[in-house]
Amino acid sequence: MNEAYDVSHFLAGLMLVVSFALIYQDRLLAVLRTFAIQAIVLALAVAWQALVQDRPNLFITAGLALGLKGIVIPLALHRMIFRLGIHRDVEQVVGVGLTMLFGLALTALSLMLVLKATASAPAVAREVLAIALAIILLGFLMMITRRNAVTQIIGFMSIENGLILGATGARGMPLVVEISVAFSVLIALFVFAVFVFRIRERFDTVDVEVLERVRGDRT
Amino acid sequence: MTSSVYSILGQGIQTLLVLAIAPAITGVTRLVKARLMRKSGPPLLQGYRDLFKLLRKEVIVADTASWLFRVSPYLIFSLAWLAATLVPTFATGLHFSWTGDVIVIVALLGTARFFQTLAGMDVGTAFGGMGSSRESMIATMAEPAMLLVVLNLALIASSSRLPVIADYLVTQPLAIRVSLALALMSLVIVALAENARIPVDNPATHLELTMVHEAMILEYSGRHLALIEAASQLKLVMYGSLIICLFLPFGIASVDSGPAAWFVSLVLYVGKLTLAAITLGLWEVSIAKMRVFRVGEFLGIAFIFAFLGLLLSFVTEELLR
Repeated sequence: MNEAYDVSHFLAGLMLVVSFALIYQDRLLAVLRTFAIQAIVLALAVAWQALVQDRPNLFITAGLALGLKGIVIPLALHRMIFRLGIHRDVEQVVGVGLTMLFGLALTALSLMLVLKATASAPAVAREVLAIALAIILLGFLMMITRRNAVTQIIGFMSIENGLILGATGARGMPLVVEISVAFSVLIALFVFAVFVFRIRERFDTVDVEVLERVRGDRT
Repeated sequence: MTSSVYSILGQGIQTLLVLAIAPAITGVTRLVKARLMRKSGPPLLQGYRDLFKLLRKEVIVADTASWLFRVSPYLIFSLAWLAATLVPTFATGLHFSWTGDVIVIVALLGTARFFQTLAGMDVGTAFGGMGSSRESMIATMAEPAMLLVVLNLALIASSSRLPVIADYLVTQPLAIRVSLALALMSLVIVALAENARIPVDNPATHLELTMVHEAMILEYSGRHLALIEAASQLKLVMYGSLIICLFLPFGIASVDSGPAAWFVSLVLYVGKLTLAAITLGLWEVSIAKMRVFRVGEFLGIAFIFAFLGLLLSFVTEELLR
């Protein structure tokens, strides 16, 4: 057993478990905390890739992940939740059990797909890619199943976490792209925040279901 | 020749050992719990005294009880005992270990539970039926998780026989294995649920609407009750041994190494089991019992962990083959 593979397998697996915890949680503050944990694990995974692949610029990525997504964004969302006064909300998720089973199916699907498609790549890259795809799909699943705008933002951010994990494992993403992705996510956060407050002002709730009524999808 | 003598002798020792220490292990957990609640608690030997007292007492059977009610305690006790003898405790390669693997153990416990739920409903009291229905609900969710853990370990060690898995894990170089960690968490949750321990059921209560295990055995008395109590103590020892043998197997002796090595391994095993019992006591005082309807979610976590562990070890197998 080589330890390069072992540690990256461990960290990627941990991120996958945290992704499931994100889907499972229904309290807003707990979701936020879980998201911060995911970002910290991501930073560790990226730092390990930097060590193993001997690419010091990945340390910058790890620092960005830790600083922006582990600290800044959770704190910002924390403030937002308190200002909206929804920090005690328990979100009614549509059937936790069913969602989790869907998540398991998605994970199995992405593992089988990536392992088949990347037969010639080195082991570490294959497995990191497979788990990254699973995390991305789980982020989509979270955005689909949630109705609260804030948890949807967190779902979006966790998709981005998966992207970074996949990109660092695959030895390809240039630093410029990475930094710009990181900052565009930060800007997306501001846009989201403005939107959430507007939705709140207009409809007195952050439940996105009311938007469907406005669009005329539902009467 | 000596090896077959050793394997039979070792099996005999283990068969008596699990039966002998089972009340004491439960006693350790009770004592830890009582001390942490600042009560003096029962002495360690109280479990044995209770059993002997119950064995001497008269058996009272309800008028509506059928033969099933009388037969079930014996069946439950012998099935639990058999399951406990199949798990390697202080030595691998014992005589019985070639007759049954982990799947057999799961099946034995399933059969015991089947008879227990039937006996719970047999007399026709409301409590018995309620306990049986809840026990079935918990079992339906715990058993798939348990089987997934078994599959996961079988995939890692390429065998579903416990001695082989333990030997394999002992001889492996030290490595971080996230799938094993997930399997451990899943198995611990399953063990808590199956042994009627605190987040799922409270073993210390006899008159509550939330009881599960105690509700089923409410009608039993005398030696029947003694057998059922002994069976649940054996089940606790069996789950403890299973977790120790799969996840903390260091120091386990091979059966051919002779009585001196067995003794060292045996002391180590009893120490590990006592430590597990103390941990269980700590866990039980630090957590509150769940609502019955949340148990599904709790066991769902076990299932998710087991499945994720299986997927991850599948990935490892696929990549490093």
